[in-house]
Amino acid sequence: MDLAYGPEYEAFRTEVRGFIAKHKDKAPRRFGVARPSDEVIAWQQLLIAHGYAARTIPKEYGGYGAEPDILKSRIIAEEFTAAKLPMGLANQGISMLVPTLLELGTEEQKKKWIEPTLKGEVIWCQGYSEPGSGSDLASLQTKATEDGDDFIINGQKIWTSTAHAADMIFCLVRTEPDKPKHEGISYLIFSMKTPGIEVRPLTTMTGHAEFNEVFFTDVRVPQKDIVAGRGQGWFVANATLKHERGMLGDPNQAGTRLKEIVDLMNEELVDGTRLIDHPVYRDRLAHLQSRVLAMQFHGLRLLTAASKKEDPGIARLIVKLQGCEINHQLAALAIDALGEIGVLYGDSPHLRAHGSWQHRYMFDLGLIIGGGTAQIQKNIISERGLGMPREPKPAKA
Amino acid sequence: MEFGLSEDQKLLQESIRGTLERVSPLERVRKAAESREAQADDIWQALAELGVPGMLVPEAQGGMGMALLDAVLVSEMLGRFVAPTPFIGTAVLAPLALAGAGTKAQQETWLPKLAAGEIVAGVAISEKASGARDGAGVAASGGKLSGKALFALDAATAGILIVADKAGGLHLVKGDAKGLTKVALTSIDLTRSLTELQFDNVEAEALSGGDAQAALRRMIDAGRVMLAADVLGAGWMMIEKAVAYAGERKQFGRVIGSFQAVKHMCAEMASELEPCRSLVWYAAHAFDTMPDEASLMAAHAKSLTGEVGRFVARTATEVHGGMGFTDLLGLHYWFKRIGLDRQLLGSPERVRHEAAVLQGWVAAD
Repeated sequence: MDLAYGPEYEAFRTEVRGFIAKHKDKAPRRFGVARPSDEVIAWQQLLIAHGYAARTIPKEYGGYGAEPDILKSRIIAEEFTAAKLPMGLANQGISMLVPTLLELGTEEQKKKWIEPTLKGEVIWCQGYSEPGSGSDLASLQTKATEDGDDFIINGQKIWTSTAHAADMIFCLVRTEPDKPKHEGISYLIFSMKTPGIEVRPLTTMTGHAEFNEVFFTDVRVPQKDIVAGRGQGWFVANATLKHERGMLGDPNQAGTRLKEIVDLMNEELVDGTRLIDHPVYRDRLAHLQSRVLAMQFHGLRLLTAASKKEDPGIARLIVKLQGCEINHQLAALAIDALGEIGVLYGDSPHLRAHGSWQHRYMFDLGLIIGGGTAQIQKNIISERGLGMPREPKPAKA
Repeated sequence: MEFGLSEDQKLLQESIRGTLERVSPLERVRKAAESREAQADDIWQALAELGVPGMLVPEAQGGMGMALLDAVLVSEMLGRFVAPTPFIGTAVLAPLALAGAGTKAQQETWLPKLAAGEIVAGVAISEKASGARDGAGVAASGGKLSGKALFALDAATAGILIVADKAGGLHLVKGDAKGLTKVALTSIDLTRSLTELQFDNVEAEALSGGDAQAALRRMIDAGRVMLAADVLGAGWMMIEKAVAYAGERKQFGRVIGSFQAVKHMCAEMASELEPCRSLVWYAAHAFDTMPDEASLMAAHAKSLTGEVGRFVARTATEVHGGMGFTDLLGLHYWFKRIGLDRQLLGSPERVRHEAAVLQGWVAAD
């Protein structure tokens, strides 16, 4: 056990701090709602040039080309967070498509797509879920029928965030209808400007349209825009989902949220008494602090395992389930402590923090459901982590 | 940056595991519990051969001079095998008291004996950690102790006792001192001894070689971390037993472990308990190297394992169905061990209040 980073890393930290001191005025103030603003794109390019974004992506594809070093990545995150500066872009293209292409794409696909994606010039959306295929994603029905050198795509996707602003989609379609469900899927990438695509915003319980539905009617896409070959889509998607689950349940986000609640409970008065003086709210806060700390230290443990290329086993599988649940419980505490004020929303008088606690409480429920529901996570934990048997398939009627 | 165990620590834990697998099987634990042995001498002897009683004793006094994180690994295994030993009092709290506040003479006299496993040390600090109940409290005056202390740990067979007085001073009392009466307290957990100590003008030596208040604080923190590690070991054993049972027990023509209702109970237990490991390690490491954080992290480790331990103990019992409820299966030894761990040296609510005070969320009472 040694929580010090050592001289090589402390030197690196000094370098990051130097960059921040010199360039912090260039950090974007306006982020752009659907697409990154010009300021964000300029900041992203500056970060890539110095190795603080796209750090381990090879230079030939527009990255910085450093050796993977998880501790350096963490130091960058720590220093940017401490300076309250935005990190590099983290959209679905960068977080999910780029690693997938690096692992499984052709040289042509890598050359064409990775660099503009990293720079924030090309925005992607993910076409996985369908109305009839959520947890059982492999049952998806959007079909791609051969027509000469092309596929003709018909069907519907749902939960497609950023589809309304995206240039491109990475999409799972059924190309081999006669094969078993997992073997009949292909991973296609194509332009959202292709004729026959309709995007409809999907308003959620938060009152905002954070997602979309995407309808495909006779959408013509070249067969060559498949990644990793026909029938390989399920394998490709799993490679990508691995990257997505890594993004959900980040314990440092919970740490930030906990600090906000401590401040809130110190500042808010009820009958002239601070919320933190109320023993029940304070006990809930301390209990959640225990859980947040445990997950933060758990994160350090996983980081160490990753840097030594060890498999942490069940310790890794629990992160999404625990992390999303703790975030949700934190929002719940803030709402409860605020009393009636906690349910104010929209543009109401007396609103606190722009209504963000209610928004988070609801949106977190979406995160508990999305990216593999809590129940699917428990299946994975019990089957892969504890070695318990799979649910037997129902007998065919 | 390395958050994890060293190779030496992994080897230490494996050697303790191997020894306890051999010397502390369920039949041995049951025999100790049913015959109300305060400690299983054979188990303690086997651990003494590995140097366990002296692991925290400085090398100068014949010990191994190890860290609390090392002791965590032992405590976790003792919980895993519900082993009836006087580990916390003898190998952890008494050495900390003597090394922290004892005079040189007291250290030279007692630490080598503790390290060699020649004597057992009991510790009476409950009133300072959990508050005084039923009129408990020890007054010190002119080298004599009067009053009573409840929930003394490992005191039944102890050759010496470390006793905290009302003012937070620490005293060393011989186990056979005149005027000392020991009354056994029977808890649900028969794998550890709890004792009421009654003092009628009992001769005592003050630990006057250092800051006794600070040493007492360290004892409480260390004790909490040890109990948290005990829950970690006992809790994981319950999960493993539940998973194994669910993989054998058949109902409706299939093993019950293939039902999602049962699998999800097991997944929830593992998901709640495994992060506790990281918190317990951190709390021990803070105790060893980051004194400013030690009390807060010990409180968090104690509180979270108390809560999660209760959830795991009842859920693992439920997975076992009716069998879990029987004496025959013996699962209840783990259930009760976790139950005692939760209450000793500060229950979750109490230590969370301390955590709030330590951070300045509220003023001390």
